[in-house]
Amino acid sequence: MATLAPDRGTGAAEKPLHRVARRAVTGAALPALLASFLVGALVLLSAGTNPLTGYQALFRGVLLDTNLPYLAAAFAPILGMAVSFAIPLRMGEFNLGGDGQLVLGGITAAAVAMAIPAWGLAGFALAAVAGAAAAGAWAALSVPLARFGRVPIIISTLLLGFPAVSFASYLARYPLTDKGTGIPQTPRLPDAMHLPALPASAYVNVGLLVAVLLFAAYWVVDARTGTGLELRTLGANLRFGEYVGIDVSRRTTGALAASGAIAGLTGALIVAGPPYRFIDGALVAPGYTFTGVTVALIASGRPAGLLAGALLFTALQVGGTGMERDVGIPRQLTAIIQASVVITFVLIVAVQAYRARTKAGAR
Amino acid sequence: MNVFTLGFVAAVLVALAPVLLAALGGALCARVGVFNIGLEGQMLLGCFTAVAVSASTGSALLGVVAAVGAGVLTALVLGIGSVRLRADPIVLAIGTNLLAVGLTGFLLRSILDTSGTYSSPDLAGLGRLGDTWVGSVPVLGDALASSSWVVVLSLLLVPALGFFLARHPAGLRLRGIGENPDAARSLGVNVGGYQLTAILVAGGLCGLAGAQLALGNVQLFSEQMTAGRGWVAVVAVMLGRGRPGLVLAASVVFGAAEAFGFRLQGLGLPQQATDAAPYVITLIALLLTSARWRRRPVAEPLPEPTAESSGGTR
Repeated sequence: MATLAPDRGTGAAEKPLHRVARRAVTGAALPALLASFLVGALVLLSAGTNPLTGYQALFRGVLLDTNLPYLAAAFAPILGMAVSFAIPLRMGEFNLGGDGQLVLGGITAAAVAMAIPAWGLAGFALAAVAGAAAAGAWAALSVPLARFGRVPIIISTLLLGFPAVSFASYLARYPLTDKGTGIPQTPRLPDAMHLPALPASAYVNVGLLVAVLLFAAYWVVDARTGTGLELRTLGANLRFGEYVGIDVSRRTTGALAASGAIAGLTGALIVAGPPYRFIDGALVAPGYTFTGVTVALIASGRPAGLLAGALLFTALQVGGTGMERDVGIPRQLTAIIQASVVITFVLIVAVQAYRARTKAGAR
Repeated sequence: MNVFTLGFVAAVLVALAPVLLAALGGALCARVGVFNIGLEGQMLLGCFTAVAVSASTGSALLGVVAAVGAGVLTALVLGIGSVRLRADPIVLAIGTNLLAVGLTGFLLRSILDTSGTYSSPDLAGLGRLGDTWVGSVPVLGDALASSSWVVVLSLLLVPALGFFLARHPAGLRLRGIGENPDAARSLGVNVGGYQLTAILVAGGLCGLAGAQLALGNVQLFSEQMTAGRGWVAVVAVMLGRGRPGLVLAASVVFGAAEAFGFRLQGLGLPQQATDAAPYVITLIALLLTSARWRRRPVAEPLPEPTAESSGGTR
């Protein structure tokens, strides 16, 4: 996992902006992004489309004023899922069950909110906490599975996602369904539980603030606390971490629970935004989870990179929707570009590491 | 109701075949010291290629061949990247799995002009052995009634791979690399070459698994139709500790869970419960066998293919 090694440890406080800028130029993220747009162009060409037409529509989709609210609305869940994936990534573990945790958080919040309809916004806060707790517990389940059953966390989180999605789908179809609509969805939340919209637009609500606060908390924990240092140490070298006395099992449980809880909270916040209900499949369909995975991977979980990456990939996703509407190119192109970013990024990192090794050998 | 009829066996064989094929590929990788989690994406691209080629040429065989090619090509990214360039195999596999989802979704819309699910009368399926002369063989005919020749091939591959690993010189070297790559290298064995070949063969088997899934089990392509089967295959490899016979046993567990789920659905259980059953059962099986295995005080028979040792080539 050497390629995902966190910061070099020194100078975390010095001129963060300068360091970010330098890393952007010399690092692998920008070249990977450029290469991925080339891959996307090749895919467009092979599908018989002029890449310029496609990319023009993509950028128009991002810059169009009317799309700005969507951009802001998609940013919160993507940032949330990026932070969710980043936390265990910092210690070298992968939580691939984000979809299941997202959905579990959403359906739990919807269920709790239905039980206490008169409690208003405070009631929804409680519901969201319940959603986060359920999703956090579900994610943390992979730790005993790893410890006592030797199931790697990357596999157990992913496999646990399937029953979670099925369970939520069952709840939305039968016990919690909005009777009479025939659509697998829960009833609309009472008006008092809707997240207040920010002045900008009905699609941008307090959820964005919560996501940004969560991100800020992650930044502080990662850069300024012992917990963050311990996680990064374990990520850099698990054996060394054990040697210096870090409680690996406790840290893993904590990281997975926090990761799941943030995914669950993200799901709850989506449910409390328009159309104010849990609809089967609606939380998974936009691909927030894997956009978050992409962002966190190319940022190696570094906070500044997460923020920049989340902005960039939100723009890409919104632009893709605009492109589909304008010129009929399937928006899955953006998923191809995202996946290519992950692949080319890790390849470029490997080549850079190889060059560094040979240079060191020559000296 | 007695579910354990020959009809049930037939259903289990069909359900387990895609998982088994992918898992045999994964087992080959595990034995050479590569933790391969790219099976899911390779299988999905196999599904799409099989359907697209079969629909446009009207030949199921061409569809299968193309699917195998697609699996190998996808595995090439993973193989070259992780073995030759020494890139992180886990992240690379996550990337190729994502790429498969995006690419098949994009091509489904741009080439086949559909979204969601594609199915067409032009689509040539693999056929059922029950409709051929095999169907008139007493017991075998009923057990293989809904299987295609790919299912039979997958079952034959189990002893073939077992023999290869146990007896063939190349299989011996391959296991040697898995045990200790440095020792193998010092004996002049081409470690990278073996690992790359194993990854490519696994890719081909995943493509074949995809073809069976999309042209045999059903005759359609739908987005993300592999639905975690590639991951179940990864678990089957771990359950079977990379041994073909045990991997088959693990695949039977999954196949039986899926076939049993279909039966229960017929009895009125909600589809969501039966959808989830195979994954839950697979996880429980893994948990039980690993826990039991742990108590046995023997030396580790196989280097654990964990994320940690997945750097493998180093």
